[in-house]
Amino acid sequence: MTPLLQVEHIAKFYGSRIGCTDVSFDLYPGEVMGIVGESGSGKSTLLNCLAGHLTPDRGAVRFDTRADGLRDTVTMSEPERRMLSRTDWAFVHQHARDGLRMNVSAGGNVGERLMAVNARHYGEIRAQAIDWLGRVEINEDRIDDRPTAFSGGMQQRLQIARNLVTGPRLVFMDEPTGGLDVSVQARLLDLLRGLVREMNLSAIIVTHDLAVVRLLADRLMVMKDGHVIETGLTDQVLDDPQHAYTQLLVSSVLQV
Amino acid sequence: MIRIENVSKSFVLHNQGAAEIPVMQGASLRVAAGECVALVGASGAGKSTLMRMLYGNYLTASGQMIVGDLDVAKAAPREIIQLRRYTLGYVSQFLRVVPRVSTLDVVAEPLLMTGTSMDDAHAQAEILLARLNIPQRLWPLSPTTFSGGEQQRVNIARGFAYPYPALLLDEPTASLDPTNRATVLDMIAEAKARGAAIIGIFHDAAARDAICDRQLDVTQFTPGLAA
Amino acid sequence: MNDYNFAYLDEQTKRMIRRAILKGLAIPGYQVPFASREMPMPYGWGTGGVQVSAAVLTPDDTFKVIDQGADDTTNAVSIRRFFQKTAGVEVTEATAKASVIQTRHRIPEQELRHDQILVYQVPIPEPLRFLEPSEVETRKMHSLEEYGLMHVKLYEDISQHGDIATAYAYPVKVEGRYVMDPSPIPKFDNPKLEMAAIQLFGAGREQRIYAIPPYTQVVSLDFDDYPFQPTKADHACDLCGATDSYLDELIVDDAGARMFMCSDTDYCSNRRAAGHIGAQGIPAAEDVA
Repeated sequence: MTPLLQVEHIAKFYGSRIGCTDVSFDLYPGEVMGIVGESGSGKSTLLNCLAGHLTPDRGAVRFDTRADGLRDTVTMSEPERRMLSRTDWAFVHQHARDGLRMNVSAGGNVGERLMAVNARHYGEIRAQAIDWLGRVEINEDRIDDRPTAFSGGMQQRLQIARNLVTGPRLVFMDEPTGGLDVSVQARLLDLLRGLVREMNLSAIIVTHDLAVVRLLADRLMVMKDGHVIETGLTDQVLDDPQHAYTQLLVSSVLQV
Repeated sequence: MIRIENVSKSFVLHNQGAAEIPVMQGASLRVAAGECVALVGASGAGKSTLMRMLYGNYLTASGQMIVGDLDVAKAAPREIIQLRRYTLGYVSQFLRVVPRVSTLDVVAEPLLMTGTSMDDAHAQAEILLARLNIPQRLWPLSPTTFSGGEQQRVNIARGFAYPYPALLLDEPTASLDPTNRATVLDMIAEAKARGAAIIGIFHDAAARDAICDRQLDVTQFTPGLAA
Repeated sequence: MNDYNFAYLDEQTKRMIRRAILKGLAIPGYQVPFASREMPMPYGWGTGGVQVSAAVLTPDDTFKVIDQGADDTTNAVSIRRFFQKTAGVEVTEATAKASVIQTRHRIPEQELRHDQILVYQVPIPEPLRFLEPSEVETRKMHSLEEYGLMHVKLYEDISQHGDIATAYAYPVKVEGRYVMDPSPIPKFDNPKLEMAAIQLFGAGREQRIYAIPPYTQVVSLDFDDYPFQPTKADHACDLCGATDSYLDELIVDDAGARMFMCSDTDYCSNRRAAGHIGAQGIPAAEDVA
């Protein structure tokens, strides 16, 4: 089977400082990869390099495009990459305001990606928006409200709906539950689990929260100071950590 | 079906002075389809450890850990995920509870992951739960508030939802009353009859003797202990 | 002999503006940046249109200026006098006689010919500005043809008002490629954007020029189930009886009585001269105004 994403020796430097270095892995359809690390580990830098928000200094990110098979997105032209990020890719930001248009209604936010790929029937666009709002448990009667009138958790769910409406195959998530109340986090994680399974999504999730990866990720990569120090099945890395740092991380997590 | 050849394992606790704790050496075992083998040995001898190594939950330091045609010791994560989905089932000692997921969904999940429709998966889950005497009013609830025995029965239902060719059972009858214990033993027997290769850990000698064809004392693989 | 160069601007400036115009004509609907000059009227008073007119006028041209369709408003009169003084060109109020027409916020009702130029005054040239404040981002959207956001605006209108509420400056797609703001003309005028004359658009403060060559395809944006409709007040002109021209609405007394008249003064007076009379009209010969 062809991997959906092939990451080869990605590196990003800031002068002499290492953002991330020598990161390689394959991701297959339906797999969720978690990237954990503490502040400064390079995980967000890595995610942004993979998603095309930053240009890596070295390496390739090959994506299995529908039309042309495996293509290196790092060397792709900007229009192609932007098209990819509107259709086959999705990016869920930590702060909903970075991933939503706050002065556009919920329905407009969800419909935008459809309109960007030439949906031209108002009724159908609105129907799809209502459908997706329902799937992320936002009531239909909020469709014309602006996200500024939503709670943090609702904004995040709206962001997810906005991203998933075009049926992407790969979702990048940057601390998707960061800053949310615990009960809201829980609901969001359940939603993500369900959607990942229903839509056979692949996902790359960056988080510092080990409980999130335990719940969502099949595989795990632990980063420190820009390097990947351990990688493997999530339950294996968390239950049988090999590296000193991983053991430290796992033992540091508070048990409730 | 299952072929364990000369495996070893040690833990290195880096944050405790890099203490190295060897826990297994030279372990070997073969289990054929339709066979049930019990792992025995004192507490801490490595029974659960061996099971976790077979499931890929613990890394195997050396040797071969073959399930079907996959060597788990050397397999890529993706391959182990596939193995866990379609080939190797695992009923752990304790149910890992995800709050807010209903009991029905917990049990249905292995079926949903292998392509069964939502309705069929739920129907099969209901049959299993009924068989294990979990009252219907509990089905829409999360197992978080259930008693230990109830949680264990949910765990077992989940483990037996999909007809795995290989099964790992860690203390499946612990915390069960005689009626439910008998049901579980029946379920294990049925799995054997359809050709599953089973490795089990049973504290309960009577249960063990009733269902297992052989025993393997893992103490012989513990480094530093005389056999 | 006055102290000004022909049409006020120096020849180098005119050359620069003409290059921008040529580029605009070569890429219909694309906003060409140009170095807008300081003009003897403030920003917001038509400096863009004036600079474009100044660059295209020749001594043989006949020049007409309209402001909201009328030749006799203060601004139209000022600009007309400006070019009379600095260019010495013939001026006219008759659309059919003009070779260059500068307009603010209307397209003349009379169909224009291939030997005429229509110059529009444009306040904000960027159609996406209100939804995307970043110039960097809007330029990228135009260059990558990413216009989903434009339809989001129309979607928002329908969801809030039941219909596309934009009544003027209604966005259009030019030759199937660039989305353009046609300046604040009423949407009633949008169909006229497909015409035989050359159309030039100048925005002085924002420093952009764009253009539509003759017979270019110009399509107003809409949804399949909410098609574009060029609407106007459901009345006839009270002076000349025209039912097909854009109307101004006047409140004529303190009781709130109103009358509707053609916004295009030349069109209206031509109709009255030809004998058409509206509900409140008086025969042209008797009209002393």
